[in-house]
Amino acid sequence: MDLKRTPLFSCHVEAGGRIVPFAGWEMPVQYRGVIEEHRAVRTGVGLFDVSHMGEIEVTGGRALEFLQHVTCNDVAKLVAGRAHYSGLMTPRGTFVDDLLVHKMSDDRYFLVVNAANTEKDYAYLCAQVNGFGDADVRDASADWAQIAVQGPRALELGQRFTSARLAEIKYYRFVEDDFGGARAIIARTGYTGEDGLEVYVAPDAAAGLWRELLRVGADLGVAPCGLGARDTLRFEACMALYGNDIDDTTTPLEAGLEWIVKTDKGPFLGRDALLRQQEQGIPRTLIGFEVTGRGIARHGYPIWAGGRHAGVVTSGTHAPTLNKPLGLGYVPLEFAAEGTPLEIEIRGQRVGAVVVPTPFYRRPR
Amino acid sequence: MAYPKEFRYSRTHEWVKMDGDVATIGITQFAQEQLGDVVFVEAPAVGKKLGAGDSSGNIESVKAVSEIFAPIAGEVVEVNAELQAHPELINQDPHGRGWLMRLKVAGAGEELLDAAAYEAFLAEEGAH
Repeated sequence: MDLKRTPLFSCHVEAGGRIVPFAGWEMPVQYRGVIEEHRAVRTGVGLFDVSHMGEIEVTGGRALEFLQHVTCNDVAKLVAGRAHYSGLMTPRGTFVDDLLVHKMSDDRYFLVVNAANTEKDYAYLCAQVNGFGDADVRDASADWAQIAVQGPRALELGQRFTSARLAEIKYYRFVEDDFGGARAIIARTGYTGEDGLEVYVAPDAAAGLWRELLRVGADLGVAPCGLGARDTLRFEACMALYGNDIDDTTTPLEAGLEWIVKTDKGPFLGRDALLRQQEQGIPRTLIGFEVTGRGIARHGYPIWAGGRHAGVVTSGTHAPTLNKPLGLGYVPLEFAAEGTPLEIEIRGQRVGAVVVPTPFYRRPR
Repeated sequence: MAYPKEFRYSRTHEWVKMDGDVATIGITQFAQEQLGDVVFVEAPAVGKKLGAGDSSGNIESVKAVSEIFAPIAGEVVEVNAELQAHPELINQDPHGRGWLMRLKVAGAGEELLDAAAYEAFLAEEGAH
């Protein structure tokens, strides 16, 4: 299959980004280095091309009812201009995908989904929407490029591009306004654990905007950042990565995302399974751990506890801000308490680790 | 960056510098660029005997883990202890202070490339 390119592809090549295949796209994994880019976002501001993410529009008089049926969070709580994090659910209460749901108006919702899952999600939504009557699903991914502006100085940079008062947009809210001369959705959201914006513009406006953000933000030390730093940043903030920490075998309750499960909102796909887990308890839970021995835990490595193979690592690396090897993984509840000793099997050798609180990193406010 | 003329190189991107029957081994500039920020080095034990092409440890970057292969057969006589506290030396000075290990060797590693041949090999792989 041919790899797709975002409208910013030539910007990445120009800037010396190292291009790798990711989820069917050619994307920059890094420019100057993962750690340097990671630090730029923790201390200043970084830019990410996240145009590969999927955008799906759900419209119509029954759009709300439909989204209530397929996602686990309570869409009725959204007012226009607000977004929330949610799960697209299987009937088993597991994730088809995790996503952001933006309410544009009473009959129009804007969903942002993982690049690797866009086609799957779209097909799933189309199958589910059959019989719903006045609800339409449209894959709008080709209509949008997305630039994430993230870091403690992100709003300062963004404010140079819009007359919208960015500081007044609260977390997980958005406005539709001009941004750098382009019609944009400007959302106070992100995937880094820092303050920031996610800006959606038409594809033909994206490259000019990207270059202007770099030029105008030079005095703020703005850094173009690749997928490598995006992963280490979200990892430190313990934001789940689909395909690693969550997938169609894990429920939001197991993943520590009970705050997006609104079983009291009425029936929805997976609700029965989730209610059952709420009543009977979850068989395993996502925990954070620090590797105390020598080595780095990676996705798929076995976790040992109480003398047995108890679980599996879902994400792990050397955390750049915290400067230590950390990981996430699933274990039975009996091994989930902070301070519980674990062992991580790293290439056949068991190395000591200990359960630590999550998120690993919380930004200073 | 120029590849030192006095080194020889493997197609798995290690370099070898011979000094009598002791070979100092590291990874090349190209390899460190591909790896990205190195955060941990797992070196072989001193005394371990390695065949050419044997796995002889791992280098972990923030992104992933990569195996180190012995570019030449020999017995490990020293590992670079400085890398335990400062793995970033592999990025900063891959052909110098970022060396990985020293092997006592019997042969000369005939199959290794000289600098010009290694650069030609990189150019061939040049899609990178």
